Amino acid sequence: MAHSAPLVAPLPSLAAALEKLLGSDLLAHDFAADEDSITVAREAVAGVMVALRDSLEYQQLMEIAGVDYPDRAERFEVVYHLLSVTKNHRLRVRVSTDEATPVPSIVPVWPVAGWLEREVFDMYGVLFAGNPDLRRILTDYGFQGHPQRKDFPLTGYIELRYSEEDKRVVYEPVKLAQDFRNFDFLSPWEGADYVLPGDEKAGGTGEAPGKGAPTPMTSKEVKAADDKAKASPPPTPKTTEKPADTGAGNKANKEAAKPSKDGAKAKADGESKTAATKKAEKAAPKAKAPAKPRAQRKPKTGGDA
Amino acid sequence: MTDAPQVKHHGSDMFEGYPVDTADTAGDQAVTNYTINFGPQHPAAHGVLRMVMELDGEIIERVDPHVGLLHRGTEKLIEYKTYLQALPYFDRLDYCSPLGMEHSYVLAIEKLLDLEVPERAQYLRTLFAELTRICNHMLNIGSHVMDVGAMTPNLWVFELREDCLNFFERASGARMHSAYFRPGGVHQDVPERLLYDIGEWCEKRLPKLFGDAMSLVIDNRIFKQRNVDIATVSKEDALAWGFSGPMIRGSGIAWDLRKSQPYDAYAKMEFDIPVGTRGDCYDRFMVRVQEVYQSARIILQCLRDMPTGPIASLDRKVVPPKRGEMKQSMESLIHHFKLYTEGFHVPAGEVYVATESPKGEFGVYLVSDGTNKPYRCKIRPTAFSHLQAMDMMSKGHMLADTTAIIGAIDVVFGECDR
Repeated sequence: MAHSAPLVAPLPSLAAALEKLLGSDLLAHDFAADEDSITVAREAVAGVMVALRDSLEYQQLMEIAGVDYPDRAERFEVVYHLLSVTKNHRLRVRVSTDEATPVPSIVPVWPVAGWLEREVFDMYGVLFAGNPDLRRILTDYGFQGHPQRKDFPLTGYIELRYSEEDKRVVYEPVKLAQDFRNFDFLSPWEGADYVLPGDEKAGGTGEAPGKGAPTPMTSKEVKAADDKAKASPPPTPKTTEKPADTGAGNKANKEAAKPSKDGAKAKADGESKTAATKKAEKAAPKAKAPAKPRAQRKPKTGGDA
Repeated sequence: MTDAPQVKHHGSDMFEGYPVDTADTAGDQAVTNYTINFGPQHPAAHGVLRMVMELDGEIIERVDPHVGLLHRGTEKLIEYKTYLQALPYFDRLDYCSPLGMEHSYVLAIEKLLDLEVPERAQYLRTLFAELTRICNHMLNIGSHVMDVGAMTPNLWVFELREDCLNFFERASGARMHSAYFRPGGVHQDVPERLLYDIGEWCEKRLPKLFGDAMSLVIDNRIFKQRNVDIATVSKEDALAWGFSGPMIRGSGIAWDLRKSQPYDAYAKMEFDIPVGTRGDCYDRFMVRVQEVYQSARIILQCLRDMPTGPIASLDRKVVPPKRGEMKQSMESLIHHFKLYTEGFHVPAGEVYVATESPKGEFGVYLVSDGTNKPYRCKIRPTAFSHLQAMDMMSKGHMLADTTAIIGAIDVVFGECDR
């Protein structure tokens, strides 16, 4: 443990105490990243909270968070964070639910749960049975939808602005001048679950999509492939000893194969020109040399008249 | 004369013994209980708070705070940003104590990554977190006393707040939204001169000016009349309503995450936890006043003990290299490019990390699915729980006490509404 985040001493006796206290209501208990989390049965959550508060000294409810996992059968997780100020320990309690099934409210256990449950309801649409005041809390009056759900777009559906003509605030459907740019940083070699453009036809590996990179061959397979390669002699290597081996056909025209006269003449010209140039250079070696630099101008002395 | 029927007046017998005209008038029938709207634009609401109040005369019967007028969908936005890009949103939550908000977030990422932070970075973060606490309390103390009628102390403590903001500017380049804490450390080292100036300020200017300002308030008769025995919260209530920070300490519970669950360099610091005795607005105020002195104490210890060395983790898969290095080394260039476009990937898992922000327990519940963006980032604001108790605290008090109660809660809507 190298990080410098808040240090909480682990409670080794917690697992047994939870087991004993909650019995069959305790569905799972895990300890990860120095934090204890338990999953409990949804119907029993109110009783579990009373037991945790009164028997295990978790006096404070700090937070209720909703999380949306659209792939699960019960897509929402309601996560309660409890704090014990006497044992100096935190406990996370998870409950899962879906859009229609209400979670028992824990307002009778902790009055602070009122707004926290309202927020989860507002953001995810999770219902809490028994909350005396389950209204929206953070979104606008008359808002529709549950914005923290994963299928709710970041930009939302409605925007509002002050209309100079109407002299009031008007609500309109969202109009974007530029689409939201969501860059994809998933590597196609490590877990991208889509086919790259151009690879549509190549997808015949028989592997389920989303598997990422093809599984490397096992050592057995490698050896088998090696042996197979060794057993069969390599085919005769391709050589180009005769012109026929090159794959080029016969010359189409004998005349075309002859070097052209113009070409020969130009070659001769080039040679003679070179000689002439050399001669000229001998005659006037400094013809192209830059002119003698002008003498530096003397700076004017003040009042030289 | 005594036979005259008496008017029924709620909770008061001030008319006892006087003859009263009992004939109904239109006004009498309507005025028994009425509802008023406090805010959303009210200077004492500390932002955009709307409270629907049911009053009986001037006595508060019921308060229904309507929050969310500053809701910006920060948690949703964070899900679409890389871990580093999401950091500046935390400055904008509680804009009065930006570094306190960043602190929880970077610690949550570091916990998921299990990333070691160099010692100098830990000290720098502790130092600036405490400077943020002073900065925050200057604003709150100043506005609290102004809400109950005193003008001068506010002007004086704002001088101190301005000094703090100048220090932030010298460290990070920005006065308020500094984005100075980064996963793995801090963004850049501070100039030596800045540390010297902070030390001198804590020793000389802060105690003098702050002491002067508080001497006008602490024993002031009007201030006490407005705050003592207002909104008394018992220990049991404070626990049940999820109080934290100066609110729970004002009720007499010595609970401070810096002591009980130390993070960064707090384990090495020596400081006291001030607690209240009665749990009223005055106690909460006095807890904050004392915390300012304790913060100054921690800052001086940080300055005394701060070692030299790197200011951020040298793990180049998380912390980008400095620009100078980037221009010299190919590998640094690659790291720079990768970390500022794709960002780093955080192993799958979930953590809840809470730090003692100036206002109380500020928590970040971070769920990672192993990609470069948080799957879910739930922010646990302090004001949300405290404001919920507004109804419980202000029941039976006068309308004018509302401003004192809100002032003692220390509510900032950037954080409450997210």
